[in-house]
Amino acid sequence: MKADSIVSLDHGSGGLASQNLISGLFLKYLTCPQLRDLEDCAVLGEYAGRIAFSTDSYVVDPLFFPGGDIGELAVHGTINDLAMRGARPIALSLALIIEEGFPLADLERVIASVARCCEAAGVAVVTGDTKVVPRGKADRLFVNTTGIGIASHRIEISGKRARVGDAVLISGTLADHGITIMSCQAGIAIGGDIASDTQPLHRLVAALLEEEDGAVHVLRDPTRGGLATTLCEIARSSKVGITIEEELLPIRPAVNTACELIGLDPLYLANEGKCLIICDQARAEAVLQLLRRMPEGREAALIGRVVENREGRVSLTTRIGGSRLLEPLTGQPLPRIC
Amino acid sequence: MKETDAFRSREITAPLVDEITRSLVRPVRIMEVCGTHTMSIFRHGIRSLLPESIALLSGPGCPVCVTPASHIDAFIAAARLPQVTIATFGDLIRVPGSDGSLATARANGARVEIVYSPMDALTLAQNEPERTVLFPAIGFETTAPTIAATILQAERMGITNFLIIAAGKTMPQALEALLADPELQVDGLLCPGHVSAIIGSEAYRPLAEKYRLACAVAGFEPADILAGLLALIRQVNEGAPRVDNCYTRAVGVEGNAKARALMDEVFAPADSEWRGLGTIPGSGLVLREKYSRFDGLRQLGIPLQPAKEPKGCRCGDILKGRLLPPDCPLYGSACTPLQPVGPCMVSNEGTCAAYYRYSGQKGRQQTNRLNNL
Repeated sequence: MKADSIVSLDHGSGGLASQNLISGLFLKYLTCPQLRDLEDCAVLGEYAGRIAFSTDSYVVDPLFFPGGDIGELAVHGTINDLAMRGARPIALSLALIIEEGFPLADLERVIASVARCCEAAGVAVVTGDTKVVPRGKADRLFVNTTGIGIASHRIEISGKRARVGDAVLISGTLADHGITIMSCQAGIAIGGDIASDTQPLHRLVAALLEEEDGAVHVLRDPTRGGLATTLCEIARSSKVGITIEEELLPIRPAVNTACELIGLDPLYLANEGKCLIICDQARAEAVLQLLRRMPEGREAALIGRVVENREGRVSLTTRIGGSRLLEPLTGQPLPRIC
Repeated sequence: MKETDAFRSREITAPLVDEITRSLVRPVRIMEVCGTHTMSIFRHGIRSLLPESIALLSGPGCPVCVTPASHIDAFIAAARLPQVTIATFGDLIRVPGSDGSLATARANGARVEIVYSPMDALTLAQNEPERTVLFPAIGFETTAPTIAATILQAERMGITNFLIIAAGKTMPQALEALLADPELQVDGLLCPGHVSAIIGSEAYRPLAEKYRLACAVAGFEPADILAGLLALIRQVNEGAPRVDNCYTRAVGVEGNAKARALMDEVFAPADSEWRGLGTIPGSGLVLREKYSRFDGLRQLGIPLQPAKEPKGCRCGDILKGRLLPPDCPLYGSACTPLQPVGPCMVSNEGTCAAYYRYSGQKGRQQTNRLNNL
């Protein structure tokens, strides 16, 4: 590839090449005035409420996949982490570690994605950083986003608040992101209807808290480790048991088929645009209807309930009426031999 | 509705469970030979539906689990060579050898890639002609034909940087060795669906006759497994052991002759060491001399050295159905899926991993079940 079409170490030097990259590429897409000023940090306005603060790094391989790319993931992931504590996201940082030789066209694609997602979500990148490392010292592109959000004083959402009798809901289909990435890595051609579910959830959460404030006890996005691991974490921190019904779990048939082909359990695969909700049983139906009215929650389902169990046991009632325990994911999911 | 949905619906499984419960007149011990059966039994919660007087024991049918430390050591030795890329099935990488695993070799700089079929390994070899790609060829009759086809393909294409370490095994010989053990008390065998599709249901007849053992070939959906169990219980009740084929949609009497011919072209039978079971005559698959240029051990000069089983590990007893995972002193404490000591904890299909994953660290449900017998 030609020298002017790839990222070089000069782009990370802080000198002229860096400035060209920033003004020629980043600022072309990321237009927040705070960022354009190129100060050492952004100073945010005054907000009423408590400050929520979260960070996440993204190293997904492949960088571009059906349904999204690393840029989208980085914006949505941090927005969602803030949203899961009931916070309204107000600002993001964007830090890139780029491997020397990375195509500028791909970088531009990622930055355009970041900008598009920020605009759609109504959140701006207000500060950023770029480093370039020699070839082989990083795998193409790593992205970090940090987010700041504001949570109302009234809202108390936490993994410790699940109560016996509560209902367990999921805002949509499971394992779409995980299976998309695993299938890409396996080089398996997947059907048209499998794609990452990456999407921001802050509007869904805002609507939920607007209408069902007191009834919602726990919100969690079941990313790495999947639904099963997330449920185990909640059950353990709340010192309750959770039972879910296999029959009620929304999983696309194509996702199920791909999981069986590779030998993976969809309950342990990542989601990037889904929210697990634990709420008062009495409000479960209303919460479900509200979720389904939102575009992010069209396929929401009631999947189980919170039961008494101090040890935090999570169990699944299988389609044939059997029961099995769900343990947290241990290590990386490994595809099996046959 | 997908085809498999029917085999998972309560309308089909509930009557089978009822029939099994009605048919049981005495406690029975059934060994499911195949790791995929073990997985499916756990995954669908089948044990929790069955009467307590059925004990389901997991046999030696997880290919990763029975691969001995000596072979794992050879894979690791190959991985440590700078020009070699190991292209392996995913669940092999955490299996401990005598010093680390392929995962630890990778962390220390070796190139270890996960592939989904041996053909993917061959493609990798084509794409990276400057490296030697080695595929650890583990597995049973189910994977051996594909590996054989890959070797033949490599031969046709004249690919010179593709090697395997032949570590495949065959099932009938292992079952024979297992059943010859007088300590093994088993009333029936749930025979593996995938393997049987290759070797045919007739392959079990000599075992059924010689050991007066009920045999049923079954598929992997809940209804398949329950139908297999029911057939076994009926055979036990009638005192008439035979081979029932409950998986006729995939398994024929004679199996798949074409696949066997492929295997036979490339591999020759040899004595083989099984983790926990020792050396079983004629149960291994080695490359025939005319394909020895694909033999990783020979081409890379790696010796196959006897290796010690990890201390305190009871995988051998577990593979023989003598011990249940929760009764192993290492289970859930020194040996967990993240830090497995023995092979049964590593693979998704390993008995201990299945217990751990689906019934918890203490394996409570299952321990109770067996103690009642």
